[in-house]
Parts: sequence; C-alpha cells; structure tokens
Amino acid sequence: MSVHDKTLYVEQLTVSFDGFKALNDLTLKIQPGELRCIIGPNGAGKTTMMDVITGKTRPDSGTVRFGPKLNLLALSEPEIAQAGIGRKFQKPTVFERLTVFENLELALAGDKSFLNTLFARRTVAQETRIFEVLEIIGLAQQHQALGGTLAHGQKQWLEIGMLLMQEPELLLVDEPVAGMTLQEIERTAALLQSLAGEHSVVVVEHDMEFVRSIAKRVTVLHEGRVLAEGDMDQVQSDPRVIEVYLGA
Amino acid sequence: MPQYTLWISARKDAGTAWFLGGLALVVVLVPILNQVVPPSSPFHLSAYGLTLVGKYLCYALLALSVDLIWGYCGILSLGQAAFFSLGGYAMGMYLMREIGPRGVYGDPVLPDFMVFLNWKSLPWFWQGFNHFWFAILMIALVPGSLALAFGWLAFRSRVTGVYLSIITQALTYALMLAFFRNDMGFGGNNGFTDFKDIMGFDLHSDRVRVVLLVITAIMLGLSYVVCRMIVASRAGRVIRAIRDAESRIRFLGYRVESFKLWVFVFSAVLAGIAGALYVPQIGIINPGEFSPINSIEVVIWVAVGGRGTLYGAAAGAVLVNYAKTYFTSTIPEAWNYALGALFVLVTLFLPRGIIGLVSGRVKKQGKTERPLIQAGGPERSRE
Amino acid sequence: MKQSLLRPGVRWFFLLLLLASRGAGPVYGQSSSDDTFLATLGELRDASFADKDDVVEKSGQSGHRNVQAVLTALLEDRLYFRNDDKKVFLVKTAAGEDSSALDLIDPVTLQGAGSASLDNLTKIGTNNHLRRILQTTLARFRLSSADASVRVQAARDIEQNLDTGNVQLLRERSAVETDSRVKDELAAGLALAALDSSDAQPRLAAISTLRHSLRQDVLNKLQALIEKSPDGSFAESDEHVRLAAAAAVKSISRLHALNSGVETLFFGFSLGSVLVLIAIGLAITFGVMGVINMAHGELMMLGAYTTYVVQVAMPNHKEISILVAIPAAFLVAALTGILIERTIIRFLYGRPLETLLATFGVSLILQQLVRSIFTALNRSVVTPNWMSGTLQLNEALAITYNRLYIIIFTLLVFAALMLILRRTRVGLQIRAVSQNRAMAKAMGIRSEWVDALTFGLGSGIAGVAGVALSQLTNVNPNLGQSYIIDSFMVVVFGGVGSLWGSMVGGMSMGVVNELLEPYAGAVLAKIFVLIALILFIQRRPRGLFPPTGRASENQ
Repeated sequence: MSVHDKTLYVEQLTVSFDGFKALNDLTLKIQPGELRCIIGPNGAGKTTMMDVITGKTRPDSGTVRFGPKLNLLALSEPEIAQAGIGRKFQKPTVFERLTVFENLELALAGDKSFLNTLFARRTVAQETRIFEVLEIIGLAQQHQALGGTLAHGQKQWLEIGMLLMQEPELLLVDEPVAGMTLQEIERTAALLQSLAGEHSVVVVEHDMEFVRSIAKRVTVLHEGRVLAEGDMDQVQSDPRVIEVYLGA
Repeated sequence: MPQYTLWISARKDAGTAWFLGGLALVVVLVPILNQVVPPSSPFHLSAYGLTLVGKYLCYALLALSVDLIWGYCGILSLGQAAFFSLGGYAMGMYLMREIGPRGVYGDPVLPDFMVFLNWKSLPWFWQGFNHFWFAILMIALVPGSLALAFGWLAFRSRVTGVYLSIITQALTYALMLAFFRNDMGFGGNNGFTDFKDIMGFDLHSDRVRVVLLVITAIMLGLSYVVCRMIVASRAGRVIRAIRDAESRIRFLGYRVESFKLWVFVFSAVLAGIAGALYVPQIGIINPGEFSPINSIEVVIWVAVGGRGTLYGAAAGAVLVNYAKTYFTSTIPEAWNYALGALFVLVTLFLPRGIIGLVSGRVKKQGKTERPLIQAGGPERSRE
Repeated sequence: MKQSLLRPGVRWFFLLLLLASRGAGPVYGQSSSDDTFLATLGELRDASFADKDDVVEKSGQSGHRNVQAVLTALLEDRLYFRNDDKKVFLVKTAAGEDSSALDLIDPVTLQGAGSASLDNLTKIGTNNHLRRILQTTLARFRLSSADASVRVQAARDIEQNLDTGNVQLLRERSAVETDSRVKDELAAGLALAALDSSDAQPRLAAISTLRHSLRQDVLNKLQALIEKSPDGSFAESDEHVRLAAAAAVKSISRLHALNSGVETLFFGFSLGSVLVLIAIGLAITFGVMGVINMAHGELMMLGAYTTYVVQVAMPNHKEISILVAIPAAFLVAALTGILIERTIIRFLYGRPLETLLATFGVSLILQQLVRSIFTALNRSVVTPNWMSGTLQLNEALAITYNRLYIIIFTLLVFAALMLILRRTRVGLQIRAVSQNRAMAKAMGIRSEWVDALTFGLGSGIAGVAGVALSQLTNVNPNLGQSYIIDSFMVVVFGGVGSLWGSMVGGMSMGVVNELLEPYAGAVLAKIFVLIALILFIQRRPRGLFPPTGRASENQ
C-alpha cells in the first residue's frame, strides 16, 4: 500500500450547461487520508463535481489539482484513473457480460496498456487479492456469475469491489448505500472507515444516518457552491443549511 | 506459474474444436478429391469447386476480422471490404507484374491497361511489386496504415456508434469512386485480371489451386487461433468491456482509444490478407469490391452465424455465401429479397445468430479460466 | 414579269391608289417600282453568292414595300423560283421533311398564288455570310418596330456589321429612342463602332461607355486593343487608350468573375437543397428515435417513382401532374415508413446498430421490388412548362427555372416543418419524446404513436425529396443509393435532430462540392469533402448543432 500524501484542491470551479450553472465558483479541499461526506439537495452539483474531477466533464473555469503538481484538468479519464483516483458511480455500472471475477480482475491495479493486457498472466498474488475483495464485498460464492445477473444491491457491492481493486489514493464514492439493507449499510460504513487514513475518501450521500455514522467532516453543497462545512453537529445546526436542506 | 496456457483453454471450447477440426478436414479432403479422385467420379472436386471453396475460406477470414471488430469490440465498421480490397489489389499488382511480356500488348513492364492508356512508364507506386516479398509487405501495410490513420482520427475524437458506422461507409464509398477512375493507375473500372502465374506457378493448374486453397485454410486456422488468443486474454475482456460499457472501462484506467486502434488495425490486416488470398483464386479484382454493400454483407454473415463467437462468424460466412451461390444460379431476383429478408429476420429474431440458436439457453454462468486457487477459502498454493 | 396591260387610265388610277395607300396592305396591280423590284428578284435568283450581297443591300435601300417580306423569306429558306417560268415566289411555310408541294405567295401582291410541287421549284439559297448581311439589312427595318424588344434585337443585329451607313442609322435612332433598354443597346453599338475610329478621343469615350458591359464580343474587342503583336508593337497605338482599355478589361473580368461566382453559388444551393430535403427527414428520425434509417434513400426513390406514375396516369395534364405528385409521394413514402416502423423498428428500440442493419435489409427489398415492377431501366419524368426554361439575368448569368423552383420548394418545406415542430401540439410531443422519452411517457404522451408519426413524417419528406430529384435526373432503382451517403454526411455534419443543422450542413456541402468540382472533378471533390468531414468531426464530434441535455448523452 503506497503512502499517499496528496491533497485534492478544487478551486473556483464553474460549470454551466446551457446557461444553467451546475457548479458556481466551487472551492474545497480534501486532505490526504480524510473521510469527507458531501451532502446537499438534488441539483447542488455533487455528481457534477465528481464528473469534473474524474475528467468526464470539462469545466468552464477553475482548477483541480491532486497534490501540488498534478493538474487533473489536463488529463484524460484513463490518466486520471491511473493517477490514483477511483470512482464508484451513482448508477452501478458493472460489465454485464463478464463474470464477477472478471469484473474485479479488470479493475486490478497495474499496467493497463494493450500489449501488457494481451500477454498478462494472472499471478497468485493478484488472485489472492481478488478473492480477498470478493470476501469483503460478499460475492465470493457468485464469482462465476455474469455481472448482468446480479441484483441491484449486489451490483453496488461489485462496484465497490472494483473500486477497491484499483487501489486508488482518492476514492470518490457516489451514493454507496442506495438500496442496501441495514446490515449492508453497516458493513459499508465500516469498510469506508477502514479505508480512510491510508486513502482519502469522499462520499456523496443522502442518507443522513449513514453520514453521521461515518463522517468527521461534512461539506454541504447548494446551487453549485459550498454552503457550509464542519462536523455533522455544526452542519445540522447551521441555519442556512436548515433553511435550504435539512429543515423541518 | 499458471497451470494452464491459453491455447489449452481454447481447446476446451467446443465451437473451436469443431471449427479447427472442420478446417483440418478440408485440408485433407480437398487435395484428395481433386487430385486423386478421377474426374469421372461424382466426388471429384472440379476447378470450379476449388475456386468456390477457396472463396468461402477467404470470406470466412474476412468474417473473422469483422467479428473481432464488431462482435467483440462493438465497432460496427461498414467498410471492412475496403481493407479486403486493398489487400486484394496489392496482390493483384504483383500478379499483373508477373504477367510480364505475356500480356495482350506484350510490354514486358507495363500491364495491358497502361499500354492502352498510352502511359510510357510505370507509376511510382507500382515499383517493387515485381517482388513477392514486397507484395506481401504491402498486403499487410496498406490496409493497416489506412486503418491506423482513420482509426486514430476517429477514435481520438470519440466518434462512436452510428456516427462511426456512417463514416466508415463513406470511407469505402470514396475509395470505390477513386478506384473506378481510369487514370488512377489501378486499372479503372476493369480492375486487374488475366493473371498468369504466381511465383512462377501457373494459376490455372489444378495443383496450384489446391495448394492455394490449403494455404488459405492454414491461414484461416492460424488467424483463428490468434484471434482466439486475443479474445481469451485479459485484453479480450477489456475489449468486450469496451463494447458493453465504454465509459466505465475508461474510468478504470484503460486507454480505450488505444485498444480500439489495435483491434481495428489488426482486423484490417486480417481482412487484407483475406483479400490477397482471394484474388489469385478468383482471378480478378475490380473496384466494385469496394462498394458499401459488400461491407454490409459481411456484417450479415457474422450476424447470421453468431457474433462474438469467432467460429460462428466463419460458419455464417460459409452458410450465407453458399446460399448466395445457390440462389443466384437458380433464381437471381429472389436473392435480393432473400438477402434483405435475412437482414431483417436475423436482427429481429436471431440476435445471437444460428450459434445462439444451437447452443440453446442463455448462459447464466461465465467460464472464467479456472482459477489457480479455489474459491471459498484462502488456500494458497505456494510457488 | 409583265402582266397584261391595262388601259392607260386605269393604270394611272391604280398608280394613284398605290401612292395613296403606300404600306397599307396588299396593293393590286403593278407599278414601275414593282418592275424594278421584280428585276431585283430576278437578280437575286441568278446572281452568285458574292454578288447576292450587293443585290440584298441594294434592295434593302430600294424602299419597296415588300422588301422586308422577301428578305425575311430569303433568310428563312422560303424564297423559291419556278423551274419552268423562272418566276420568283415566296412560300408559305418552309419545306419540311415530307412536303411534296408548297403553297406559293406572289412577291408583289403577297397573296396566295397557288402551289407547286417541289420538283418544279428551286430554292434560292443563302450562305452564312449572306445571312449576316440579311440580318443587318432586315434589322434596319426592325429598328423602327413598335415592339421595344424587337428594336433591341435589331440594334444587336446591326452591330454585326458596323459600316458607316449602319452607324448613321444607329445614331439617328438613338436621337429619337425613348426606351432605356434600346437606348443602352444603341449606345453600346455606337461605342463599338467608335472603337475603330481614327481619333483617340472617341476611342477613349467608347471605352468608358463599355466599361460595364458583360458582353463577350465587347470584352474580345477591348482585349484586342491591349494585345501585343509578336514584334513587340501594340495593336493600339495611343497609350492612354491602352491604359483605359486595360482597366476596362480588368473591371469587366471582375464583373464576369462575380457573376460566375453567383452562378456557382446558385448551382451549389440547388444541389444543396436536394441534400437538405433528404437529410431533414433523416435528421428528424435520428433525433427523435435515435435510429439511422438505411432505407431512407429508397423512400426517396419511391417518391420519385410516384411522380413518374402520376405522370403516366395523367398523360394530358403535364403541367399539374407534379403538383399532384407532391402529396402523393408524401403519402406513399410516409405510409411505407410507418409500415417499416411498426413492423420492424419498434422492436429494435434502443439498439441503433441493429436498426441500421435491419433497415438496410428493407432497402434491399424495396430496391428489388421496384426493379421487379418497373425494371431497372431509367424512367424520365418530364418537367412541366412552367418549370422549364432559363431566366437570363444578364449576359453573363443565366439560371434555370427548375433549379430555382427546387430551391424555393426546399425553403417552403423547411419552413413548414419548423412550423409543425414549433407551433403544433404534435410537434411539441415529438420534441418532448426526443429530449426525454421517459418523462414524456410519464406525462401521458403516447411515445409509440409519436414514434410512428415521426418516422412517417421523416419518410414523407424523403418522398417529397424524390419528387424534386425526379426533375433533375432520371429515375431508376439505384437513385436512393447515390444520395444516401451524402445525406448521412449532412446529418453527421449538421448535427443529429437539428433542422437548422441539416439546412446549413446541406447547403454548405452543396456549395463546397460545386466550388471544388471544376478544379478537382466530381470524384476528388467527394473524397475531399469526406476527409474534411472526418477532420471536422475531430473538433465537433456531435456536429454543428449538437443535441443538448443529459438524455442525448446516451446517443
């Protein structure tokens, strides 16, 4: 596990779609090893922010840096992934026609060029790792099942698993517990907490109980910019936040 | 050390076994049926029959290339016949130069059509084609380079789906127009024909035909094995992931454009080889081969047979072309109706082709290469 | 020929009548001028070609009332003499292929004089040189015609032969001329004459008059002035005049280039408008349903054949058959389109590549169907009279009516479509489904019905495009294939689902193609356009007017 010390800097990010400002001069900072929750009403810009960080959307203005030197806006999506930023998407997208095992195998960290993957042979260490993750996500029995046959919740877990396989330095997790049972939510919370420290974890969620259970620091987004930031109590008692989001 | 190699895993696949077995049968039977069995016997394979089988084999190779790019990677290229034809023309240029002074006009250097056009010397791009190795090089290089240039431009700009298909179709259309021109130096609307021999061997002799056919079968088999290896490797899984969820695989850190380009170029080279094997057996190449309908027909062969299986694509090519041979000799007008109906019916009712029909139920389980360690417990085998 | 002598008194009487009724219609009887006239006719009959010129000139000056008629007849190959009595006659109509006998007209009375068989007649012939002389001579008569356009033409004819006499004629006429067009023509003629004057001043004046003329003969004459002969000397001695001529030539050449540019633009728009018509239907179906219909070209072909069928069914109504064909073609194509949608495309929803293949199959079937019914031969559709012909805007620019109407037609169709989509409820539903299908369904819009309608609309427009195309080219089963790839490129270029994209894309591709063709030839022009498109896609992968919004990201 590499020691990482990169801070994610998001500075004055502005993104507009057809005149609608999804992100409006957004600035925030994620310290290395932090576990941050991002909350906010729908349309606040949470997913858009992740889109910009991972290279899916180009901003109109602003900067995004990972560490002092790495300008993420100059990189393509694969390059950003290779730079150590992994994302679990809001809508679970697994590879339907590959098995669970193969899905995880694809996410293996390492050289992802064509030639390398053409001649790659799976090592024992790699396989071990895959099975470890299979255990963590609870899909060890289904490792031969095709991705498309999984239930929604299982797909979520598979995606989390794929994220783990990537061994990223920064994890962007978009709504991880949607559709999960209480037990699964607890497991997810424990998992994310265990990851913090060696990784930076950014979680976007709506489930307030879940957020409370894991977050040290919470950022509230509204209309494309930061409305409030602090620990859960501070944020929940902030009058602006109450008015906009949590109220009554 | 992994317990098995890829080609063993290929052997475990029933379709592959049937396919390679069938090819082996062809390689053994054809020489016998032509050379040993006397012409009076009903089992004799005539020169016409040889040409037909050779043609089917070339088409099967072409179908493989389309299956790779479409069935596995999801790129519906409607211009693969362009690469086929380019390879064919490269071979044709060599064969034309081999004619030498035996042409109608008797010019030792210039092919007949150039003499007819009053050209005084060989254009620069014909230089070197009197050497067989050069022709071989060009057969791979020309389609490959075109695919590289075109693919690089197209994939880099993230053109996908229907847009990409349209552009590939426009590409082959433009090439067709260009090659039809009489002043391009490629024989114009007549193309190349009247070949005499290849590497000194008379193209009209049955023996040579048999050898060519066997070579084609071997090339088909080799290409199949290579394709199977690609598809069974991790790269193959990445390629299939690109087909199913392109942006997702990108976020995992894979340079999708690079993968697509590799497959596209390799596929183009395969098609070029198929074309090069086709021309000496058929005895003619003309610009009509570039026409968009040819490319789309190849797609249908693959769709009928079963895309994403390799052996299905090859089977589809043979089946549809056999039907075509049969129909066009008996009821030509009906063939167009039949072909059109085939397109419609296969897309509506047979999305997985005939192979899908034969293999029955939809797979719920995958067949991952057998893991080195068993699931359910972290037993590690020490190496 | 002498008629029988009448009593002297009667002859004087008739002479008085003749004098009194000069030029007022046929006059009976004969006078001395008639004799001269007849003598001249005899000379005309007997003279060699070289001498005939003089005879014609002379008779032109003679002032006899029938000179114009006779000279016109001579020009039109209608002047004969009877073999047996050598009498000269005009004939009513020029000898056709199957004439055996011709109706004769007496040259003096201009009345019918029986008929004679062709065997008994010999034509008084002309050659090109003589014809020119005849034109100019006759032009003198026509210069005072009541009709202004006849006068213009007369002035032009006179310019073919600018001798002093004719120049004088022009000058006299321009003094009394009131019509501005004729005046300009007279001035040009006088200027052309002045170019040959011995003084430099009138030459300079002439050049300045002719500076804006678009006529080729003017340009030639001016260019001759600045030409160098092989020994280094100039044809034109005066330097001022040379410079003026050079400047005039430059300005005229610029004008020519401008007109030529406008003409290219016109042809480009005309080609483009056909592309627009075809592409619009494609853009709509692609935009709303996300499918590329490979049979679109065949739907257009059906429209073209519908036009043909309508014409065959209404053989006596050529003028309006095309107007009937427009709605007919729309219906035929639209219904076929809806049939395709309901039976095939609707089951392939969400699988655009499969739809592409399936519709390609449909296109094969349609082509073969048409081939079986109509054979593979070209069928031609006749252009109605009100659409044929050329509009000559000036000497350098002529536009054909059929292309003009097609451009106008395209604009009308485009406007109508915009109206339908923007202003009607149906249009609103179509737009809703194209932007967010799920939401539209949730709001109660029956998206399957909208799909069928959209497809029908797009197909119908393709049919109408076929009507337009039938006016430009022959109709055959491969018509669709020739244009389909171009229309795909227009859609890719202009942006999917965008009407403006199709309009701009189609028109610009048409113009670019026209611009390139003279330099590169049709094939290379196409190849160039393709490469340009591929490069353009690099910068704008979704086209000029890309569809917007989250839903469109799935395409």
